[in-house]
Amino acid sequence: MKHFDVVVIGGGHAGCEAAHASARIGAHTALVTMSREGIGVMSCNPAIGGLGKGHLVREIDAMDGVMGRVADKAGIQFRLLNRRKGPAVQGPRAQADRKIYQREMLAETVKQKNLSILEGEVVDLLMNGPAVSGVVLADGTSFNAHSVILTTGTFLRGVIHIGHEQKSGGRIGDKASVLLAERIDSFNLPMGRLKTGTPPRLDGRTIDWTVLESQPGDDEPVLFSFLSKSTTAPQISCGITHTNTQTHEIIQESLHLSAMYGGHIDGVGPRYCPSIEDKVVRFSDKESHQIFLEPEGADDHTIYPNGISTSLPVDVQIKYVRSIKGLENADIIQPGYAIEYDYVDPRALDPTLSVKSVPNLYLAGQINGTTGYEEAAAQGLVAGLNAALTSLGRPTVSFSRSDSYIGVMVDDLITRGVIEPYRMFTSRAEFRLSLRADNADQRLTPLAMEIGCASQERTGAFGDKLARLEAAKSRLIETTYTSKQLDIVGIPTSKDGNRRTAFQILSFPDVSFEDIVRLEPAFEDVDLETRRQIERDALYSNYIDRQQKDIDRLKKDEAHSIPKDFDFLALEGLSNELKSKLTTARPMTLAHAARTDGITPAALTLILAHLRRNDRKKVG
Amino acid sequence: MDTIFAQATSPGRAGVSVVRLSGPDAFELATSICGSLPAARSAGVRHVMGPDGEIVDQALVLPFQGPNSFTGEDVVEFHLHGSIAVVRATLDVLGRSPKARLAEPGEFTRRALENQKMDLAQVEGLGDLIEAETEAQRKQALRVLSGHLGTLVEGWRSDLIRAAALLEATIDFADEDVPIDVTPEVKELLFGVRTQVSAEIVGTKVAERLRTGFEVAIIGAPNAGKSTLLNAIARREAAITSEVAGTTRDIIEVRMDLGGVPVTLLDTAGLRVSDDTVETIGIARAIERAKSADLRVFLTGPADTLMLSPIDDDIIVTPKIDLLSGSAVGVSGKTGAGIPDLIARIQGILVERASLVGLATHQRHRQALESAEAYLSAAAAVLDRGPDHYDITAEELRSAIRSLEAMVGRIDVENLLDEIFANFCLGK
Repeated sequence: MKHFDVVVIGGGHAGCEAAHASARIGAHTALVTMSREGIGVMSCNPAIGGLGKGHLVREIDAMDGVMGRVADKAGIQFRLLNRRKGPAVQGPRAQADRKIYQREMLAETVKQKNLSILEGEVVDLLMNGPAVSGVVLADGTSFNAHSVILTTGTFLRGVIHIGHEQKSGGRIGDKASVLLAERIDSFNLPMGRLKTGTPPRLDGRTIDWTVLESQPGDDEPVLFSFLSKSTTAPQISCGITHTNTQTHEIIQESLHLSAMYGGHIDGVGPRYCPSIEDKVVRFSDKESHQIFLEPEGADDHTIYPNGISTSLPVDVQIKYVRSIKGLENADIIQPGYAIEYDYVDPRALDPTLSVKSVPNLYLAGQINGTTGYEEAAAQGLVAGLNAALTSLGRPTVSFSRSDSYIGVMVDDLITRGVIEPYRMFTSRAEFRLSLRADNADQRLTPLAMEIGCASQERTGAFGDKLARLEAAKSRLIETTYTSKQLDIVGIPTSKDGNRRTAFQILSFPDVSFEDIVRLEPAFEDVDLETRRQIERDALYSNYIDRQQKDIDRLKKDEAHSIPKDFDFLALEGLSNELKSKLTTARPMTLAHAARTDGITPAALTLILAHLRRNDRKKVG
Repeated sequence: MDTIFAQATSPGRAGVSVVRLSGPDAFELATSICGSLPAARSAGVRHVMGPDGEIVDQALVLPFQGPNSFTGEDVVEFHLHGSIAVVRATLDVLGRSPKARLAEPGEFTRRALENQKMDLAQVEGLGDLIEAETEAQRKQALRVLSGHLGTLVEGWRSDLIRAAALLEATIDFADEDVPIDVTPEVKELLFGVRTQVSAEIVGTKVAERLRTGFEVAIIGAPNAGKSTLLNAIARREAAITSEVAGTTRDIIEVRMDLGGVPVTLLDTAGLRVSDDTVETIGIARAIERAKSADLRVFLTGPADTLMLSPIDDDIIVTPKIDLLSGSAVGVSGKTGAGIPDLIARIQGILVERASLVGLATHQRHRQALESAEAYLSAAAAVLDRGPDHYDITAEELRSAIRSLEAMVGRIDVENLLDEIFANFCLGK
């Protein structure tokens, strides 16, 4: 039987990133997908990035992942969100050409060393006792594997709803993996049910663009990858239109026909991406809702109307779409639908995204209760790296809340679980000011280099950038200036008699590197990219210093791992409630335990004390 | 790593009380308040100086250089004269430094553990510590949440959630239908909370001077002799006594020193079902106050049932034994019989219970309020610079919320998202 180190099931965003990460580490990797055409499909809106999500893409890229590079090639409209706000809350976003994205993702995947694409449907997992040891395909062939990564998205008992009609399936046109679902059932993992929706796709040739507001991309596009230099696809604008009272009336009248309101759906939907039915009902005093008309490609007439996802019957969809300005004659290419699916409660996972109770099985993406391509890809990266490292007998890597949004997401998932499809927001990151899209490489590429998943090109480019940054920074902290000197070049300070370094001066609001050059002409030779990056680093430096204590404490707690068989019930002094909470949560580290509801510093000390005692027993 | 301090010996009037200071800035801070330090591992007499140069106490100061110390860090021990006032003043002086903060319960132990300085026997004691801490927190929470402060804190919580949610909505949903400038509303919310926090800080300072340590409530049916007993203990007429049942409608507080432990005795309304509205309010208040007190003295005969039951080591004594047969055991406020015994029992229980926590909570609260006030002011200042700087405003606000966490409870991102989704129609 053929053997792989790592088999990845599913070619969506989680699967691609997982397979690539595994192969970059050097593991012999197979990506099993029902069809090559399914690789890199964007099944929802044709866009990558945004707030929090753009941060994730940058972090994936910093680990030399594929999503950022492919999105840059496919990008047809780039916008840096929150451009006027501080760099910590700026998020790169792009409309992506669906076809180019798929084509480029397939090309990257074919090109990747150590990675084979296998077409077929995985119907079962091979087991070796409690551990997974391979996969079985529908045609009867099977493969041994050290680790298996499941990235099957909404395919677990997926049900599609259009009005009262229901059919089994993941995306429209795909069949749900019922057989595999039975195997997953046998693991008795805690499961839940979620739902999500899509809008009807419109034929752009039937839209009257002349009456609509248009939203162009930024003049200077900000790309995702630290390696990309410029856009390659033709650039387009999006259109903007609005629903009106007539639209809302049509929807109100037909609510009973909606799958969601007709009582056919039990799953919990995301509150940040409600269906148009939901918006009309919950915000009935709002007379109009904004709709972005997003082209699915530069040479594709399919339009994704972002903001009107629905599970109403097709005839109602046609009626309400045509009540909207500019869409009076619009044709629907594919009706909108809602999909319900099973997810695994991610509290069943450890920080490497491996299932705690099933050795060698990893889960990544929507199956863990998340939503979004970027969230999926980031999990794929984590699972792929760790499955590969483990299969090669090397130590695993984990990401921390203090070093990345990836770390924030994984920690949220495995310690808190999900109550609705989990999406990244910048407000989830308590160390937001240091976890910026602009410094993702400074935060993570050293790790990528250390574990050997960064290409030579990446290593070279990063080394060069870092050298320039460090050189400039060390010069900036070398010399101090008096407030008198600052006064002369017009930088206002408090006349407290303190001398300040140029770096400290840069942390003042509204001071730019160019002001520093006026103060010290020798800095003229610092290149533009380095200047901007140093400004961003300096801007938050006072706050970051303030957070450092919290970060140090977190790191210390993370370093104390709690053995799987640790008996919380035996801890004398803890309340029964806390004991049972800890027993259910099974925290992997002291940092995870610290996030348990109701825990106190003294209780953590008690756990630590018992960990220490166990250590000593082992030594003794 | 923070430098931390706390009283290391149990409170009460002892010969010597030890305050321990541990962490990287321990030596520097100790030098700043007592002029100079003796050599490591040797004791020297120093004056502990207050902020205005006044002498707080003449203390024996004993520095230990890490790793050869209890925690493995640099440690300075102040052996003070055993007096609550001196200890409190010393903790106050240390708390003024931005470099040090009051230790969490168990924190010295935690550091000792981290630095491999603890033996197993010491670890065994941790369970007790946690139980004491949990109990103290429960009481503290009850005290905060009942009455005036409870309403305030609830208001702070919802205002802070609202303010943070408004800021986060403009940040995280920038490409959607949300307001761009929320400055006026956020400003109003921040100013409102800050004003109340400032007022509360002034309040805690007064309260700390006036209301010393433990509260002991005297409870009983009307005319059980509560006021007479209180007066006898206080040796002065603090409560009005009369033969008419239901005289004490308000709560009367008498502060006194019971063998080194600061105690506030509470004389409460007699517990009975009453038709009188004013008396009923008085009784409800009495029950609430008695519940949050540290200890209750029940003046009841064995057969009496009251509207409140004794818990833990509450004291039950038979009152007015002067009216009973000669051999009865109990107290009499009138004759003074049994009072020394009762005082000894109260004292015994409180001294034992006087863990660090009781003294520290007030101080901890004040520190939390003070730092929250500073962060709220900083947030308000950045807010004036407009929406482009909401990233910083949000950070200051987050710090303020963290400071108040112990009082308002944890506000995490889910609370903010709930508020955002309830107010804005998102999902473009």
